Amino acid sequence: MANLSTKRLELSKDKIFNIVLGFSAIVLVLIGVGFFLSLFNASIESIKKFGFSFFVRDIWDPVQEEFGALPFIYGTLLTSFIALAISLPFSLAISIVLGEYFRKGLFAEILRYLTELIAGVPSVVLGFWGLFFVVPLVRELEIKIGVPPYGVGIFTASLILAFMIMPYSASIGKDAMRLVPDEVKEAAYALGATRWEMIKKVMIPYARSGIIAGVILSLGRALGETMAVTMVIGNYHGIPENIFSPGNTIASVIANEFTEATGEVYLSSLMYLGMTLFIITTVVNLIGRFILKKLQH
Amino acid sequence: MDIVLRTENLTASYDQHIVVKNVNLSIVRNSITAIMGPSGCGKTTLIRCFNRMHELSPNAKVEGKVYLIENTYQREEIDIYSLDPMVVRRKIGMVFQRPNPFPTMSIYENVIAGYILNGIKLKKSEADEIVEETLKKVSLWDEVKNHLHKKGTFLSGGQQQRLCIARALAMKPDIILLDEPTSALDPVATMRIEELIEQLKDTVTIVLVTHNIGQAGRVSDYVAFMYLGELIEYGPTDIVFTRPSHEKTEEFLAGKIG
Amino acid sequence: MGSYKLRILKSKIISVFLTFISIVSTIPFLLVLYFIIKNGISVINWEFLTTLPKPVGEPGGGILNAIVGTAILILIALVLSVPLGISVGVYLAERSNSKLAFVSRLVSEILQGVPSIVIGIIAYLWVVKPMGHFSALSGGIALGIMMLPLVIKSTEEILKLIPREIKEASLALGVPYYRTILKVIIPAGLSGILTGILAGTARIAGETAPLLFTAFGNPFLNFNILKPISAMPLLIFNYAVSPYEDWWAKAWGTSCILVIFVLFLNVTTRLISKR
Repeated sequence: MANLSTKRLELSKDKIFNIVLGFSAIVLVLIGVGFFLSLFNASIESIKKFGFSFFVRDIWDPVQEEFGALPFIYGTLLTSFIALAISLPFSLAISIVLGEYFRKGLFAEILRYLTELIAGVPSVVLGFWGLFFVVPLVRELEIKIGVPPYGVGIFTASLILAFMIMPYSASIGKDAMRLVPDEVKEAAYALGATRWEMIKKVMIPYARSGIIAGVILSLGRALGETMAVTMVIGNYHGIPENIFSPGNTIASVIANEFTEATGEVYLSSLMYLGMTLFIITTVVNLIGRFILKKLQH
Repeated sequence: MDIVLRTENLTASYDQHIVVKNVNLSIVRNSITAIMGPSGCGKTTLIRCFNRMHELSPNAKVEGKVYLIENTYQREEIDIYSLDPMVVRRKIGMVFQRPNPFPTMSIYENVIAGYILNGIKLKKSEADEIVEETLKKVSLWDEVKNHLHKKGTFLSGGQQQRLCIARALAMKPDIILLDEPTSALDPVATMRIEELIEQLKDTVTIVLVTHNIGQAGRVSDYVAFMYLGELIEYGPTDIVFTRPSHEKTEEFLAGKIG
Repeated sequence: MGSYKLRILKSKIISVFLTFISIVSTIPFLLVLYFIIKNGISVINWEFLTTLPKPVGEPGGGILNAIVGTAILILIALVLSVPLGISVGVYLAERSNSKLAFVSRLVSEILQGVPSIVIGIIAYLWVVKPMGHFSALSGGIALGIMMLPLVIKSTEEILKLIPREIKEASLALGVPYYRTILKVIIPAGLSGILTGILAGTARIAGETAPLLFTAFGNPFLNFNILKPISAMPLLIFNYAVSPYEDWWAKAWGTSCILVIFVLFLNVTTRLISKR
């Protein structure tokens, strides 16, 4: 009978095990739901006071307790899209080189490591480097073209962002290119296409949705990137006049002001900014992942 | 007749799709029973009801009874669906289509995996004895005795499958269910497994699922023919093969179906 | 056929050009490495690694507080995220099609994309605010939330690759389900799970944003997880934006250590996952 009772024990351990597994999944879901609710709850003062007009107000005045997100939303979108535009030719080139010209071998390995490892460099280190290396270069450029030589600003931030997001779109783009079946490529060659014509007319169209997904996911990265941007964007609260002007992104404003925010509305407005950033990046990421998932099926 | 396992109106289904219909079958102790039939006839599902593996599939259902008669003399029939499935599976072992030694374990550990994983402590000498004895039974000892502590996944397919048979045997089960054990093997390895099966029947009852008519004819004492989930014919192999009493069996043996 | 030769030539030129562009795109990374090593390596010595910072103006001093802080923060993050992450990963692999699996997979994907600064806000709201002060614990929680999706994803993906037959072999030996998962399935997927944990550690080791208003920083050595703590990335940020040349040098030295550590983790992860 002792044997039988240990068997019962094993059975109940199985039940406990299953409960633990299910419970951990529930904890994860609660973290996700709690995330949004906490942000919303912390933003409520600001939401009550400014509502949706928060997004179109061009004012950030802690003294008068008047807050609006427009300059930061503008700064976030501007830096992210400029970064995308700068990085795209490079990431496409890497995708094609690693996805077609050099699929294996030492050169491919080295190139892949060198292009992907920059994503592993901590953001704060890139910001620091940017401050001491990129900022002086941009300042020289600004003197040459005759704009105020701040050095820091939207353009500098976009440049550094471009380095940071390039590996993401390159890596996903490369995978998409490699998914193009050999038969499809051979069909193009059989019709007399050169390698480049095959790439342009067959591979890129075939891998299009993967490339787009990579671009969207790297956009998601750029939108929320904080430290490097905070260090080189210039921390200016108005709407930047041109791409060389200093500015702020949603993330950089939060990083700069959170610990010094006094007053309920001030802190709550920063939370409102955080919630806005959370929603924008989540939507962008989910779109990117949705495209990727459709691609895999 | 000395019966070791008996089913009574056994019906099994997935998602309300019936795959085994009302099967009544008695397996003779220390014999080799082949269950043959075209693919999709329910033969694998049938034996997976014997060790309660069928119920692991999503939305699986089993009706009817399966009795195990462990002791030749007392003849007590135990309804295996009244036992804990873990207990049933230790009494009725199984070998699968593809060799599946545990990838993280050595050859040695794979043989006594049933003990290790169930948390049954063995003395070193006991373990050594079980390993040697079982590997000898499956004629693998001479080939692997010098590298018992290498991973089981380094062996050839046929050796891996014999290791898997050893793993099942080491638990000293009453019955071993072999689910198309040679379907992933080459002809030479297949032949060795068939020889092994014949040697083993003195120690254990063997139920062999196969879609290979030749194999059923070569190794089995009894043969059951299944078609569309039903048990069409069951009897001693030489009789079923020479004078099948059912038209479908004849067609199957002639290669007209399947 | 002259035009055909022209087309081939064009194709060749473009391939050379694209390869050239992709080599050019590695320059920023090489420059960063060069800069950090050039400015950082001379700063690193025994004193730098083993002493606490000195007040501005006094020469010498080190970053021991930040090294210890980063180690403690990573440890807290691992303790929180590894068990939970593996457990959720197992759930997702095992109950792949349940509704709860669908929702938790979605949450995990959302978490993976959440900007680190927002995770910092959450840790502030959940831990710092109720406790009333900054702490290592809140920073560790923020970093733990960041690495959670990576552990979950790598666990789920590797477990799905393990053939069903392995699991069945164990169950067919009469091994209970929980032992089958713990002793057969998880060991079989261990390299993949480790890869996820390493990748997660690499991701959080250099994070600054979630620590700004959680761990906050501390010029002294601290082992109490309920008190503010320093970290290498925080120190780099604070020193980098300071006006003191001596602090910049320390920030370079710290960057050098941090980058080597993170790149080491990244390369190791890649080597393991390739096997």
